[in-house]
Amino acid sequence: MSVEHQEIFEHLRRYTPFNTLPDDTLAHVAQQVEVSYFKAGTQILTFGEEISDLYFIRSGAVELYRRNGDLFNRLSEGDIFGQLGLLIGKRVRFPAKALEDTLIYFIPEPVFTELFERHEQFADYVEVADKNRLRQAVSRRRDANELMTSPVSKMISREPVVLPNTATVWDAARIMTEESVSSLVIIGQDNRHPDHHHLSSAGVVDQQHMVGIITDRDLRTRVVAPGLPLDTPIAEIMSTDLITVNDTDYVFEAMLAMLRHNVHHLPVLRKRRPVGVIALSDIIRYESQNSLFVVGSIFRKHSVEELQSLSGEVRASFVRMVNEDANSRMIGSAMAVIGRSYKQRLLELAEEKLGPPPIPYCFLALGSMARDEQLIVTDQDNALILDDRYDPALHSAYFKQLATFVSDGLAPCGFTYCTGGIMATNTQWRQPLTVWKQYFTEWIDKPTPETLLHSSIFFDLDGVWGKTEWVEELRSLIAARAVISKRFLASMAINALNRTPPLGFFKDFVVEHDGKHNQWINLKRRGTAPLIDLIRVHALAVGSTSQNSFDRLDDVIEAAVLPLGRGPDLRDALEFISMVRIRHQALSIEEGKEPDNNIEPDKLSHFERRNLKDAFQVLSNAQKYLKFKYTRAG
Amino acid sequence: MLYLGPDKQSATVPDWPIHLAKLAEQAQDPRLQQFYQAGAITADTPLAEVPFVALDFETTGLNPALHGILSIGLVPFSLQRIRCAEAQHWLINPRKHLEEESIIVHGITHSDISNAPDLDSILADLLDALAGRIVVVHYRQIERPFLDTALKSRLREGIEFPMVDTLELEARLHRNRQAIFIDKLLRRPHTSIRLADSRARYNLPYYQQHHALTDALATAELLLAQVAHRFSPDTPIGELWV
Repeated sequence: MSVEHQEIFEHLRRYTPFNTLPDDTLAHVAQQVEVSYFKAGTQILTFGEEISDLYFIRSGAVELYRRNGDLFNRLSEGDIFGQLGLLIGKRVRFPAKALEDTLIYFIPEPVFTELFERHEQFADYVEVADKNRLRQAVSRRRDANELMTSPVSKMISREPVVLPNTATVWDAARIMTEESVSSLVIIGQDNRHPDHHHLSSAGVVDQQHMVGIITDRDLRTRVVAPGLPLDTPIAEIMSTDLITVNDTDYVFEAMLAMLRHNVHHLPVLRKRRPVGVIALSDIIRYESQNSLFVVGSIFRKHSVEELQSLSGEVRASFVRMVNEDANSRMIGSAMAVIGRSYKQRLLELAEEKLGPPPIPYCFLALGSMARDEQLIVTDQDNALILDDRYDPALHSAYFKQLATFVSDGLAPCGFTYCTGGIMATNTQWRQPLTVWKQYFTEWIDKPTPETLLHSSIFFDLDGVWGKTEWVEELRSLIAARAVISKRFLASMAINALNRTPPLGFFKDFVVEHDGKHNQWINLKRRGTAPLIDLIRVHALAVGSTSQNSFDRLDDVIEAAVLPLGRGPDLRDALEFISMVRIRHQALSIEEGKEPDNNIEPDKLSHFERRNLKDAFQVLSNAQKYLKFKYTRAG
Repeated sequence: MLYLGPDKQSATVPDWPIHLAKLAEQAQDPRLQQFYQAGAITADTPLAEVPFVALDFETTGLNPALHGILSIGLVPFSLQRIRCAEAQHWLINPRKHLEEESIIVHGITHSDISNAPDLDSILADLLDALAGRIVVVHYRQIERPFLDTALKSRLREGIEFPMVDTLELEARLHRNRQAIFIDKLLRRPHTSIRLADSRARYNLPYYQQHHALTDALATAELLLAQVAHRFSPDTPIGELWV
């Protein structure tokens, strides 16, 4: 006798792949379900044990691990696991542990097998789910990084507590205690702008009332420690270098802003009005194992040797992000923040050693770091902009030493010397702002094969230290000039066609367009790099000042210079190829091998091959269009 | 009726295997004889080895003397697995007036029960499903008293069996809040609110209530959660049963 399990039936029906089944089939499944409860922390499956059910998470959360103990996936209500074990050898492939109190519905193996054999959609889903997490990355599916991809507004629990700048530190301490907050937003009594404007990736502060912020740490370090009186005006000790985020920014971006500027509290703005403050501790509470804490460690190191010791941690962060299904943008930005932090810390150390700089300067990051697309295998492309008062006789020695200190410091930390000599140690790339402007103007006006190569490196630029506002000037110059320079754009377009993707794969070979077979493919040279080059040309043509390829693509799509639908295709192609490349590097690190960009086709899943082929096709078509659009005669 | 604390309770718990053996000799109805002959596990049996069956009744009211059984749901389980495939559910004729008020609660209407069988005709199947198992209920004052009364009126003999009451297990934990507990006891028919509350404490999902089968499943899950958090698979059943 069988009875209707309405509750189970209704619940299963809400989730893929069960929602693909006919009602009578699903009712039968619901009747066969078995149930068990796992307290948080309990091992649910151990590697290699026999498995005789499909596991459906009715409530709670479960973590799956690799054999080496690394996190493989994190699942929650409505997810299934164990299917791979059921399909292959009836043994557990990924050990599972209850992250929260978890109720599991077991679907016995005979029922699972019948569904798998009779229902194609069900079979497709369970086959794909575990093997190809890449699709999740591209389609930005629900993932373990839910918090990081949530808007900042989700983390604001209350309005900011504000205090006028005429108040005393004693007032501040009392209010903070009464309200149990660790920070106060300080507002001006008049409409005076804050003393300093600060540019950040998170936005320009232009808050007419908000003039500062103080934190409980400020009270400790700036009031109590130096022994200031309690009636000290708060205006004297508050931070006025305001870094802020918008409430629609991602938590991930807020965290990067905090780490980048080494602050623990960020005012959150909505339409330029402060609506809350988020603290690093708020984020940590949700994300205790965050991949980015290594940034904090960088700023606590006191020598090149100490910095070098962090290389393992940086790699571990990279792998962790990959395993947590972060997308290429998050990984690229995070690694770029880590890279910038190295440079910033090395420059602090250099200034400690050499003394303060005789004239202002700006240290530049170029290429992938500037684009927020840095991965684990990277070289150091950098340069120095010097104040126009630069006098070689007086200042050359200082900045040469500074550049050498940074360059020699970066090398052992995993940022190999640039073989093309694009480093601030090279006199040519250590010049006053005026000279840089001349360089860029000349490169755009009179392109030569050599300067075109320079353009593709130097036109992805970011200020990491010092007078970063100079970078804005240079970016504006490039954007304004390139857009009207047909010859330059045509030359850049031709350059962007130098590297082409292969046709696809056959058995364990890479198939070239001429039918030749290769043993492996360099996914950077044949995939991401030509895509990035191509996107850069379009971006320059529409006057975009964005640096990140995805941002540039947004600008290009908005300017409507691409045929309809091609922009999103390019975005998917870039994301997919990037993620295959990233996963490959993470896997190499996990296997104790040196990561590179060369991939052998037999390391690719069926799914990856199929989708890579599609991505190559997108790139190939986009290259044809690029050629057509920018290099036509007349 | 009031909860008096575990010590006073345990004094009233019989030695179930001996008691059931005695009842097996006294019983007149062959179905009851067979039920008692299946016996009970001994008090020192660890929970991990206990065969359980979660049982839930929907009734026309709270008082066994005045109200009748409308539906019965049961799900056999062990500490390892709850087995839905072996679950059973019956609608039965309560032989009592079905009041509008209770219809609102359980959704079982006059037409649903007009063709429903009498308890007598499904009793063999019911007792067969319970035999040899430890019955698990949420709030002990419903299932055993109602079944006992219903059998007395039909067979002129009642029924007894060992039970685990998940509500009582919760009460043990929340003893210091006895007043709240008494309030709960004196509330309107059904203990379902209490069941949902208890489940929420163990992060169990919300289930639609007042369906005997779902409530039985909900009760079984609650016991698994209680054991996982507060007891161990080695705890002897004697510490839990009543």
